[in-house]
Amino acid sequence: MLTTAEAEQRTGTVLEVKNLKAYYQMNYFGVQREVRAVDDITLSIKRNEVYGIAGESSSGKSSLIKTIAGAINPPLRVVDGSVKFDFDGNFVDVYGEPGSMNSARWRHLSYIMQGSMNVLNPVRRVKRSFEDFAFEHMGLSKAEFWPRVRQHLEKLGLNPNVLEAYPHQLSGGMRQRLTIALATVCEPEFIIADEPTTALDVLVQQDVLGLIKDVQERMGSSIIFVTHDMTVHAAIADRIGIVYAGRLVEEGPSIDIFRRPQHPYTAHLISSLPRLGDPKRRQALAGKPPNLADPPPACRFHPRCPLAIDKCKTDNPPLVARETGRVACWRAGEVEVS
Amino acid sequence: MFKVLRDLLRYNREFLIGFILTASLVIYASLHFFSPYDNTAIYLLPPDMPPSPDYWLGTTSRGQDIFWQISAALWNTMTFGITVTVISRMLALTMGMISGYIGGRGDRVLMTINDTLIALPNLPILLLVYFVMREQMNWAILAVVTACLSWNYDARIIRSVALSLRQREFTRHAVYAGMSMPQVLVRQHMPYVMPIVFFTAMNNLIFAIGIEVTLAVLGFIDLNRPTIGGMINWANQHQAIVAGVWWWIAFPIIAIVLLFLGLFLLAISINEYIDPRSRLARMGG
Amino acid sequence: MNGFVKYLAERLFQLFLVIFLGVSLAFVITTLSPVDPVQVSLSQMTSFGAVDPRSVELMREALEELYGLQGTMLEQYFNFWRRVLTGDFGPSLSAFPTPVMTLIAAAVPWTLGLLGLSLAMTWILGNLLGALAGYFRNNTLLKLSGAAVMALHPVPAYITGLILLLLFGYAWPILPISGGAQMNLQQGFTLEYITSLIRHGLLPAMAMVLVGIGSWFISMRSLVSNIVTDDHVVYAELGGVKSRKIFSQYVARNALLPQVTGLALNLGHIFGGTVIIEFLFNYPGMGRLLIQGIYRGDYSLVLGVTTISIVAVAFAAFVLDLVYPLIDPRVRLG
Repeated sequence: MLTTAEAEQRTGTVLEVKNLKAYYQMNYFGVQREVRAVDDITLSIKRNEVYGIAGESSSGKSSLIKTIAGAINPPLRVVDGSVKFDFDGNFVDVYGEPGSMNSARWRHLSYIMQGSMNVLNPVRRVKRSFEDFAFEHMGLSKAEFWPRVRQHLEKLGLNPNVLEAYPHQLSGGMRQRLTIALATVCEPEFIIADEPTTALDVLVQQDVLGLIKDVQERMGSSIIFVTHDMTVHAAIADRIGIVYAGRLVEEGPSIDIFRRPQHPYTAHLISSLPRLGDPKRRQALAGKPPNLADPPPACRFHPRCPLAIDKCKTDNPPLVARETGRVACWRAGEVEVS
Repeated sequence: MFKVLRDLLRYNREFLIGFILTASLVIYASLHFFSPYDNTAIYLLPPDMPPSPDYWLGTTSRGQDIFWQISAALWNTMTFGITVTVISRMLALTMGMISGYIGGRGDRVLMTINDTLIALPNLPILLLVYFVMREQMNWAILAVVTACLSWNYDARIIRSVALSLRQREFTRHAVYAGMSMPQVLVRQHMPYVMPIVFFTAMNNLIFAIGIEVTLAVLGFIDLNRPTIGGMINWANQHQAIVAGVWWWIAFPIIAIVLLFLGLFLLAISINEYIDPRSRLARMGG
Repeated sequence: MNGFVKYLAERLFQLFLVIFLGVSLAFVITTLSPVDPVQVSLSQMTSFGAVDPRSVELMREALEELYGLQGTMLEQYFNFWRRVLTGDFGPSLSAFPTPVMTLIAAAVPWTLGLLGLSLAMTWILGNLLGALAGYFRNNTLLKLSGAAVMALHPVPAYITGLILLLLFGYAWPILPISGGAQMNLQQGFTLEYITSLIRHGLLPAMAMVLVGIGSWFISMRSLVSNIVTDDHVVYAELGGVKSRKIFSQYVARNALLPQVTGLALNLGHIFGGTVIIEFLFNYPGMGRLLIQGIYRGDYSLVLGVTTISIVAVAFAAFVLDLVYPLIDPRVRLG
């Protein structure tokens, strides 16, 4: 673990995503379909920062994070743009040269997956997973490796004896915590988390979030995570990006996003949060998220937007810097949170 | 239905080849209605004639025209296969859907019996049936017995689908609306189960034809009724290979292998069309 | 541990159920038959020449006792069970007076050797090829070999065997096509005998492999292509685990589990193929014995072989079920 002073030294950009476009391209029984799951997204993440990506289901946020992780398989393909990491001077261009990502995996970049109770191989003992994932990348001898793993588990409040168990012998919450331990054992600079708390009950959720935040602060790593659950964003994100229909529509520090949302869609997401002592009924947004194979023209939100004007139907609003963040809306800032 | 067929023919090469093979063999088989010879009569023609313009595929040592023999044999073999398939699909469908629908303990009991029947070696049992029936064995009885020995595995597959349908909303609605179990099964569940029935039918057809060929080759069904296996049996009895009458054994083998290939290609391409997961994989490839 | 005991109890119950139902089925088939086996045997014996009617009557009684056909149906049923449990199926009619069990005992090692070896080869090869083809979907060599084994898969055992026999017995005669070993050789651990054993077993074994490999290939390939999208495999790929390790420990290892169950479930079906192949290559095992028994009208031999094969297949499946927990910790440790 790094000292606090060392952790604070970690500043500057660690992830740089530029004009990233990733489409599902399908050709099945003569039907050609192109789904623009990630459509021209640019963002960057600083060291020691927790960046949350929010959006409804099927908004393309999961595809975005998979593309960033370099974990896409056909039919999802990167059409344009780049994803570059800078791990303390180790530069990795994910879609530059093939295989450049492999050396960085787990050593610099790890992953917490959706449904992480099922990510451990059911027919191998837990310790084998640690060996497969971490041992190869840490460059330690076995004699050094196991004490490190045990120490790490203890720090996370886990009994090192679980290493001898098979996954099915452990509870769901325990497996979730083990996955976090597995993802952090190499002290990576960057952690990607895909819906880390979905499908967990509320108490375990709290527990897991606390654990992630705790580890991140101690190691000074950066985290990018996606979830549709705005309460999770409120709990741990430093900055939030809002994704709608494959595009980034707003981005900013979480305080600003929650207090003064600029985009009508963000405002809707915020207002749908229940608040203590508020008797008002939450209003649902009319319509469904658009079909990404055939999205509406121009601003993709306009069919559902309460503030839509004619311009929204003809011209796509660019993502422009505004005060502390960025927003893509012709009527940015005109919204009021109820 | 026609759209599905058209799509499959246009975009799935396996299906196209399978379809062409099977269709041409079906046409070839139905030609036997116009056969110039009685296909059960023997010593009509000069024996042991090699393939020639007069006898396209030659003649047997028993003075039969091989071209017309195979045509009739394919027809009989296919009739047998389809009979078995229809009977065994009815058994599998009934057992599978009922077991899945009632669920719980009843389902467990039925499936335990089902698994037991799967575990039995079916060929020795079939041979035992033949052995005790002897001359009274005809193709219809054989079809029923083969059907009885080949529905269990598919009943299991159908049952797993029925089990999931049971928990669906519309099943509950139908029950509340006063529909009886047979009504729910036939009207509500049947449409979901049919694609699987169709796919398993292809495999069952292949299995049934295999059984018929095998038993006929061994001489365990009426050998005067032309079948592919029966032809090979006669050829073996006459030592066709040693006597150099290779066409007697080669052409029936080619015909049956082509039939199996055609049916198999149809089976796998239909399966691929039905199974959403392999569809996804296909998009990736 | 509790889960394992439950698993064991279930398997044991299944074993007894299979044997019970199988043996009962064999009994029912023989008793429901419209053909009287005693009459058939008698007419077979008397067809060789005129026999005096008194001795025919004596013979009938003797045969009825031999076949356990005396008394009520229930008595016959219990009698049949007694014979199964003591392994006493009486003397074979076609090889009188050798007991059926002696004939079966002589045949079992041949079947066990041929079936055991070829099945192991089929299963390993089919699963290996299938797993590779499912994992490396775009490899042309794997695609081609896959197409070849899949094309052979639907063809019945007899036809595949016959093609091999014609190819290597007549067209290019390099291998013996009949028998289990050379006739005039002394059995024993001599190089000559073992070579002969292997040469004779090669064609039948090859036929068995070609017949069986396709179904393992197909099911393994589809299992693997489903498993590669499972969370634990995707995660291992994200974790930069070596691809050889992912293939063997994460993909193939998990996909093999249902294949072991499948092997146990399909033994009965596979045994059917052995019967045909043994007969075709005149291999001195259970299958040839069964079909010879049918040709010769040997009632006790056919009944004996059928019953023994039902019991043997059930036991083999049970043994495989016992192996299963060793490879699946979820069953072993509950």
